[in-house]
Amino acid sequence: MSVTTIQAPPIGARRKPGELGDKIFRAMCVGAGGFVLILLGAIIVTLFLGGLPAFERFGAEFIWGTVWDPVEGQEEFGAGVSILGTLTSSVLAIIFAVPVAFGIAFFLTELSPQWLKRPLGTAIELLAAVPSIIYGMWGLFIVVPFVQMNIQFAFGEQLAAIPLVGFLFESTNFAGTSLFSASIVLAIMILPFIAATMRDVFEQVPPVYKESAYGLGATRWEVMTGVVIPYTRISVVGGIMLGLGRALGETMAVTFVIGNANRIATSLFDSTTTIASVIAMEFPESLSGSLQQSALFAIGFLLFVISFLVLALSRWLLRPRLK
Amino acid sequence: MSTTTLPVMPPRDVAQQRRLGRRRKLVDRLVLYFCVAATVVGLFFLASIMATLLWRGLVALDWIVLTREFEPTRYGDDSLPKGGLVHAIVGSLIQTAIATAIGTPIGLLVGTYLSEYAGKSKFGYAVRFISDILLSAPSVLIGLFIYQLVVLPQGGFSGFAGALALAIIVIPVVVRTTEDMLQLIPNTLREAVVALGAPKWKMITLVAWRAALSGIMTGILLAFARIMGETAPLLLTSFGNNVLSTDLSRAMASLPVAIYQQANSGFPDLIDIAWSGALLVTLGVLFINIIARVALRKRA
Repeated sequence: MSVTTIQAPPIGARRKPGELGDKIFRAMCVGAGGFVLILLGAIIVTLFLGGLPAFERFGAEFIWGTVWDPVEGQEEFGAGVSILGTLTSSVLAIIFAVPVAFGIAFFLTELSPQWLKRPLGTAIELLAAVPSIIYGMWGLFIVVPFVQMNIQFAFGEQLAAIPLVGFLFESTNFAGTSLFSASIVLAIMILPFIAATMRDVFEQVPPVYKESAYGLGATRWEVMTGVVIPYTRISVVGGIMLGLGRALGETMAVTFVIGNANRIATSLFDSTTTIASVIAMEFPESLSGSLQQSALFAIGFLLFVISFLVLALSRWLLRPRLK
Repeated sequence: MSTTTLPVMPPRDVAQQRRLGRRRKLVDRLVLYFCVAATVVGLFFLASIMATLLWRGLVALDWIVLTREFEPTRYGDDSLPKGGLVHAIVGSLIQTAIATAIGTPIGLLVGTYLSEYAGKSKFGYAVRFISDILLSAPSVLIGLFIYQLVVLPQGGFSGFAGALALAIIVIPVVVRTTEDMLQLIPNTLREAVVALGAPKWKMITLVAWRAALSGIMTGILLAFARIMGETAPLLLTSFGNNVLSTDLSRAMASLPVAIYQQANSGFPDLIDIAWSGALLVTLGVLFINIIARVALRKRA
C-alpha cells in the first residue's frame, strides 16, 4: 500500500472537492427534467402540426362533423362520431366500474381478514398489468358472444319495449360488437386502477377517526358513509377521473369489440367507433401526406387535449394524497 | 374535515330501538355481501382471462410456434407448413430491450432530480406533473408522434422507431418508482455521507442509488413488463413484419402486433397461433410483475 501525502491547497485557490462533479451531475438531472417537459410539448406541437391541413380545410366543423369518407376525390372528414363514441364508451365504463371498484376497495380496507389482503391486492394489481390487446382478444371471443346471446338476444326485445328508454336497447346491429361490449371491456380494464386508488385513499384515513365512530357503536357501513367517504371524497373523485383518463385513450381493447363503424350509436347495442380505434385501424394503411393522415393527426390532437384535461383534473384532485 | 353525522339515538322504547338496530345491522350485512360480490367479480374476470388464455393458447402452442416464422393460413390442409411466431418474439425482445436501455437512464435522472434537487421549486412541480400526465397519456398518440418525428423523415417503418416509442413509455414509469424509492431513504443517511465530506453527486450515486437499488430495479422491471404488451404505438412505428429480421432500420415484427394481425385474419389456424402468442405475452408480463413485487417486498 502506498503512502499518500496530503498537501494543503494553496491559499486563495481553495475549491470544494467534487464541485465540478456536482455541477455536471446536477446539470444532467435538471436537463433530464427539462427533456420531459420538452417531450410533452413536442408531442402536442407535432400532433397539431400534423393535423393542421385538416383543421384548415374543414375549420371548426371538423369537431362536430359526422362524415368520415377517406375515398380519394371525395374526401371529407369530421370527428363528431369518434369524439362522441370515445366519450360515451368511457363514461359508460366508469358507470359500470365505479360501484364494483368501490366494493373491492371497501372490502380490502375494512372487511377483509388480514391474511387475505395481500393476495387479493396482488390479484387486483395483476389485473391492471394484463396488456390491453389481451383484453381485446378476450373481449372479442368471450364478452362479445356473451353480450350477443345472453343479453341482446335474450332480453333485447323486452328491454326495447320499455317506454321512453326502450330506444337505448333497440338496434339493428346483431353482431355483438357494440358500444355496450366496448364499455364492459373498458370497465374491466379500468376497474383495478380505480379500486387501487380508492383503497390507497381509504387507508389514509387516520384510524383514530374510524375508531371513535366504532366506539360510538357505528356499523362498518356507517363508518364508511359517515367518516371515510367525507374524509376522502375529493381523492375518490380524482381516482375516478384517473380511470376515465385511461379509458379515453384505450386503443387495442376497444378496437376489437366496438365494431368500428362511423355511425352515432343511439342504442347500447349499436356499433360505433372511438378516436383511438380510428387511428389504429386507418393510420397504418393511410398514405403519408394525404388529407386522411392529416385528419387522423387532427383527431389525435383532440384526444390529447381531452385526456390531458381529464388527467390534469385528476391529479389536481388527488394532490392531497400525493403530498 | 367536514362534520360527520352519526345516528343519534334519543331515548325510545325498547322495541323501537331494537327495530332500528336490526335495520342498521341488515344494511351493514347487505353492504358486506355487495362488497364480497364485487371482489369475487373482479377475481372472476382475472380467472376468466387466464382460463381463456390457457384453454385457447395451449391448442397451437408447440415447438413450431416458438421456432418458425409466419406462414399463411393452411385452410385446414395439414400438408402445408404450420407458421410460428419466432420473428415476433425476437422483434419484441429487441425493441423492448432497446427501449428500456434508452428510457431507463433518462427516467432515473428525472426521478433523482425530483427527489434530490427539485424541493418545492416550480420547475420541479412542472416536471412531476408532466411526467404523471405522460404516465397515463394514450399510447397510440406516442406512436403518432414518433411516426411524424422518425418514420416520415426516415422514409419507412423501422424497429428503431418502435423502440423509441416504447422508450417514451418507459420514462415516466421509471421516474415514478425512482422518486418514490429515493424518498424512502432516511435523510440521516444523506447527512452522514455529506458530513464525511463527500460531494452530493457521490452521495447520490454511491449511497442513495445503492440504498434504493432494489426499488429502482422493480420500477425498471415494471416498465419492461408494461411495454412488452404495448401494441398501438408499434402499429404506427415498427408496423410488423412476417419474417425474422434484426435490422433496426426496417419494419420489425413484435408479438403484440403479430397477435393483433393474426387474431383479425379470420382464419381459425392463424387465430389459434394468435392465442398462443397472447398466452406467451401474458405469462411473460405477469411473471415479471410477480418477480418485481416479490423483490420489492423483500426489501420492505
